[in-house]
Amino acid sequence: MPEPKTMFDRIWDDHLVRSYPDGTDLLYIDRHLLHEVMSPQAFQGLHDTGRHVRRPEATFAVSDHNVPTLPEHRFEIPNAASRLQVETMAANAREHGIDYFGLGDERQGIIHVVAPEQGLILPGMTVVCGDSHTSTHGAFGAIAFGIGTSEIEHVLATQTLRQKKPRQMRISLSGHLPDWVTEKDVALAVIAQISTAGATGHMIEYAGDTVSRMSLSGRMTLCNMAIESGARCGLIAPDRKVFEYLKSRPRLASNPEALEAAMDSWSHLASDPEARFDNAVALDVTELEPMVTWGTSPEHTIPITGRIPHSAGTERALSYTGLSAGQSLDDLPIDTVFIGSCTNGRIEDLRLAAEIVRGRHVSDKVRALVVPGSGLVRAQAEREGLSEIFVRAGFEWREAGCSMCLGMNEDRLSPGERCASTSNRNFEGRQGPGGITHLMSPAMAAAAAIEGRVTDVRRLMGARS
Amino acid sequence: MEPVRTIDGIAAPLPDRNIDTDQIIPASYLSTVTRTGLGAGLFHARRYDEHGNTKADFVLNKTPWNGASIIVAGDNFGCGSSREHAPWALKDFGIRCIIAPSFGDIFRNNCTKNGILTAAVETRLADHLMAVARNPSSCRFQVDLNNQTIRAKGKTYDFSVDEADKNWLLSGLDEISLSLRDSDRIDAYEQSWRAAAPWRFA
Repeated sequence: MPEPKTMFDRIWDDHLVRSYPDGTDLLYIDRHLLHEVMSPQAFQGLHDTGRHVRRPEATFAVSDHNVPTLPEHRFEIPNAASRLQVETMAANAREHGIDYFGLGDERQGIIHVVAPEQGLILPGMTVVCGDSHTSTHGAFGAIAFGIGTSEIEHVLATQTLRQKKPRQMRISLSGHLPDWVTEKDVALAVIAQISTAGATGHMIEYAGDTVSRMSLSGRMTLCNMAIESGARCGLIAPDRKVFEYLKSRPRLASNPEALEAAMDSWSHLASDPEARFDNAVALDVTELEPMVTWGTSPEHTIPITGRIPHSAGTERALSYTGLSAGQSLDDLPIDTVFIGSCTNGRIEDLRLAAEIVRGRHVSDKVRALVVPGSGLVRAQAEREGLSEIFVRAGFEWREAGCSMCLGMNEDRLSPGERCASTSNRNFEGRQGPGGITHLMSPAMAAAAAIEGRVTDVRRLMGARS
Repeated sequence: MEPVRTIDGIAAPLPDRNIDTDQIIPASYLSTVTRTGLGAGLFHARRYDEHGNTKADFVLNKTPWNGASIIVAGDNFGCGSSREHAPWALKDFGIRCIIAPSFGDIFRNNCTKNGILTAAVETRLADHLMAVARNPSSCRFQVDLNNQTIRAKGKTYDFSVDEADKNWLLSGLDEISLSLRDSDRIDAYEQSWRAAAPWRFA
């Protein structure tokens, strides 16, 4: 009997170019995703050393982090430094023969929304990007993780990375999600349970019947947040849903025979039932409630019916968010709502938010933004009439980009401004200096926009028909 | 990269858990195409008020810690974003070593690539070292990478470091040059997998 293997073992072993005596492995990288903020210094490094991009055709670039989302700023970026970064990205892509979606291309958007949308992410691949939310792509059964700029330069030059294999954690999720409780709530609940450092040094495989029932979009939300528990990568075994998703993607639709052959090999990727994990965590989602963060770390999460715990070492976080231990978040007034990001900026997220917004109006105290994850998501939402629902309700309907998730472009919070956000990080100043972030699902953020307060979406909507 | 063997300098205590890379260098400093000059933005929200004035009570604004080359902090230091601007900013400020119970994985990698040592110690020792560093008369530490020791206030403590990180820092070698020496193996790998799994190369 061969030693039982995890899916992660299998994919890792298949990408091993060589091992070194110091315990690291030279790992082959199938897909390298680039964006304008983390890559310019890597290209400069190549230039300085006279090296070239080994496989431009395995490399793909967008501008997303600092691009304006106001339609009138799309072709003339007001901020000079941002403009230079976007122009540098375009110039580097052109010089090295790398596919690039810039502003003005309808397919542009957040790299982690665009890459799957285009069919660039396949099961059994290794995928890297200079962005910590690269973990998103584990939803397809790919080993996908974020890297720094030095590592970007290494991948550009060698199509490999020297890595130490992480420890492995399995998170088993069981039960049906209750009405109005989403994958985002699961992701936050997991982080609350294991802490933001709980999976440091590990990869996470998400398994269980809850995961099997999730859509690809929901699985991406779950894997996206793996990094917020410290894991560089999340991973889910590919199934029929993945194969169905891939069939219609631009990169693959032209070659159905090759896809069939690939699918056969992908069906053998899943972890062996006896495979050993270094750590195991289980969560039953049957009684899960909508989750909201109260502090400055994603682990500062409570159910909407809960109260902020009295725990040591949270004074700084509470002072920053202006809240106190024992307080409830239900009914907390907010100033801003942000619906978007690589966590919750896909069409499924916009459909869910629109379901709540339909026939209602944004509170007159609230500034509310919808920023689709890509130009194609935006176009789809317009075709489905979702944009009209948002605009009629008083939302701003923006162009695609990272936007207020990290406040690099003009979409920022002012000091003291309180935001209900579908993004992934509630760090101090993340959405703008002095801004306060409450992370939640698109359903909860939409409900907050309507009420002008953090509110329980289940109270607003009742049982789901 | 210059090899890293010992760091002898002022240690600044930052007694918080989960100091994320957004705090180390906020997003407004990321719109740059170079690696230099980021020290000005290091811990921006903690060092400056909204008018850009220096906050007198923040440790890195106070003598002698404004000349720190070592930071001692709580666990999960450098969690969050993959921005290498965080170690670039730390290095530009003069930081060569961070002592904490644990580090964000991507941040730790990025530090190693930039010649910054991430030295892991137990939480109780980190707390003790922060208390020692808080006193101007005992805030000068000596860190010895080869022996994996920290000398503070006349006592010597052990730290742990990833074996591969240690080798890189001690050698100062260029990782890309080393990997390119394996070009033949990379070629051979590509050739065999192009045949076995063509979709990976589509």
